[in-house]
Amino acid sequence: MEQRMETAAAAPPGIGKRTRKTGSLQRGETLWGMLFISPMLLGVLILVLVPIVATMVLGFADWNFVQGWNGIRWVGFENFRNLLHDDMFIKSVRNNVIFLLTVPVYMLISMVLAILIDRFVYMKSYFKVAYFMPYISSVVAVAVVWQVLFQPSYGPINELLKSIGVHHPPKWIADPHFALLSIMMISVWISIGFNMIIYIAGLQSIPRDLYEAADIDGANGWTKFTRITVPLLSPTSFFLMVTGIISTFKVFDIIAVMTQGGPVGSTTMMVWYLYDTAFVNLKVGYASAIAAVLFAFVMLITLGQWSAQKKWVNY
Amino acid sequence: MTTRTGPDWRRLVITVVMLAVSILFLMPFIWMLVTSFKIEKDVFVYPIQWIPRKWNAVANYKEVWFGDYPFYLYYWNSIKVSVLTTLISCTASALAAYGFSKIQFAAGRWLFMIVLVTYMIPGQAILIPQFILYRNIGLFDSHFGLIILGSFSVLGTFMLRQFFMGIHQEFIESAKIDGAGHPRIFSSIALPLVKPAVATYAILRFIWTWNDYQNPLIFLRSDRLFTIPLAMQKFTSLSGEFYSLIMAAAVSAIFPLLLIFIIGQKNVIAGIALGGVKG
Repeated sequence: MEQRMETAAAAPPGIGKRTRKTGSLQRGETLWGMLFISPMLLGVLILVLVPIVATMVLGFADWNFVQGWNGIRWVGFENFRNLLHDDMFIKSVRNNVIFLLTVPVYMLISMVLAILIDRFVYMKSYFKVAYFMPYISSVVAVAVVWQVLFQPSYGPINELLKSIGVHHPPKWIADPHFALLSIMMISVWISIGFNMIIYIAGLQSIPRDLYEAADIDGANGWTKFTRITVPLLSPTSFFLMVTGIISTFKVFDIIAVMTQGGPVGSTTMMVWYLYDTAFVNLKVGYASAIAAVLFAFVMLITLGQWSAQKKWVNY
Repeated sequence: MTTRTGPDWRRLVITVVMLAVSILFLMPFIWMLVTSFKIEKDVFVYPIQWIPRKWNAVANYKEVWFGDYPFYLYYWNSIKVSVLTTLISCTASALAAYGFSKIQFAAGRWLFMIVLVTYMIPGQAILIPQFILYRNIGLFDSHFGLIILGSFSVLGTFMLRQFFMGIHQEFIESAKIDGAGHPRIFSSIALPLVKPAVATYAILRFIWTWNDYQNPLIFLRSDRLFTIPLAMQKFTSLSGEFYSLIMAAAVSAIFPLLLIFIIGQKNVIAGIALGGVKG
């Protein structure tokens, strides 16, 4: 699983005001500092930094796992050129783009739920736990359950649809036209809990007196919602949008368990295609090129986030 | 004011409506639980029997736990991997967070920038080199390798660093004047002060490790090493049409985490809200 954190981009601590110490004291500090950070640093160096460089390098190779080191052939940009003409890759990217639609959908649902739960109900903690359950559950287990619920000929969902008069209910994950949609629906269902919790935290940071002042001015509920709640939630929304977009690029578990990219490639996505290319078809070089493109996408979004944050977010 | 003019019954009505919505929302879980108690023949009977006509719970769960794909073994594997990953990850994160926030040295600042950059790298972009590395140093298909792989997420470093930064530097300086070195300040002053944050991170790390599917899928091969999510998937493809068994396995996979979540609910939700942590 991959995690993101808002505060990650925060400025380094206020080190500036420190007074100059004598050289040997400072050397001691440096030594201790290095000792404290070295386990993490070493782990990151070996498991993340070296691999990302290796991914870039392998992107220029034609290589198969089973050939051994001598089988590496350097092919320049050929992998990347091939990607542009690879129908499956294009389909994957297109599906990734379609998948982006889940983000505004679950953000909207989560925002409404968050407001209702934060302001208008009893038993707040029950609701928090209930909506959080899919998020905390193993994606594999959840995907398996949905797979059975979506069972086309006698699954509960289609039985229900038939009983209310839908004669030819869709075949869901077995139907190329509905498979991606089905997965997107499940993804929305899973994501609501996380987004809702963040929205509730955002709501709680809005000062109460703003609403009281609006009440005095005679503002109705809708005005308060559009003029106070939504603008003051904009940093939260922005954060959720960015993490949401990035997480759609990483969708894998649910595809691997439910559809394996099928039927007929209708649910293939970038990470699934990467996995399939590297670990099923063993085309390491080509898969590394996909990984490099994935990295570039995520990098672009992150950089875009940094530059857009100041402009869009209404503090 | 809304809080006073809004009579209580309005809140009650909204609560009841939301309750109905939440039950609809949780329907897949309810169906899963009920189905795991049924005999196979009754699984797809429609209208759905929300109370099983014939109970088969004991046999179903016995088959899942001690049958061909014995879940007790995978439970043990998952517990082992999750506990050790959490321990190592918390230790390395707390040490690094202290080093980056409470020890002032020039190299620390740019090394922190490097760590910050690695945070943007999607885990899947580095799977292939990690796989090649693991094949070559003998960590492939071992719990140790899996644990190491999950232990060096920089997220914990960021999270705990925020908390260490909240400790006044004067605290540290005065301890130093009293002759305490950094190891002592770390273990007897700084760490106790951020204990709640460490606990929150530990619960999150445990949940993420327990639910992780991708790393075990790629870095494990032997059946006997499988963790719950991987076993769950293998069990599903093995059991084919035995849906009551599959649901019993799903309940088994979800239940312990749910318990941890409900017990540590305050911590988890506060932690997620605080950091905006995405798992």
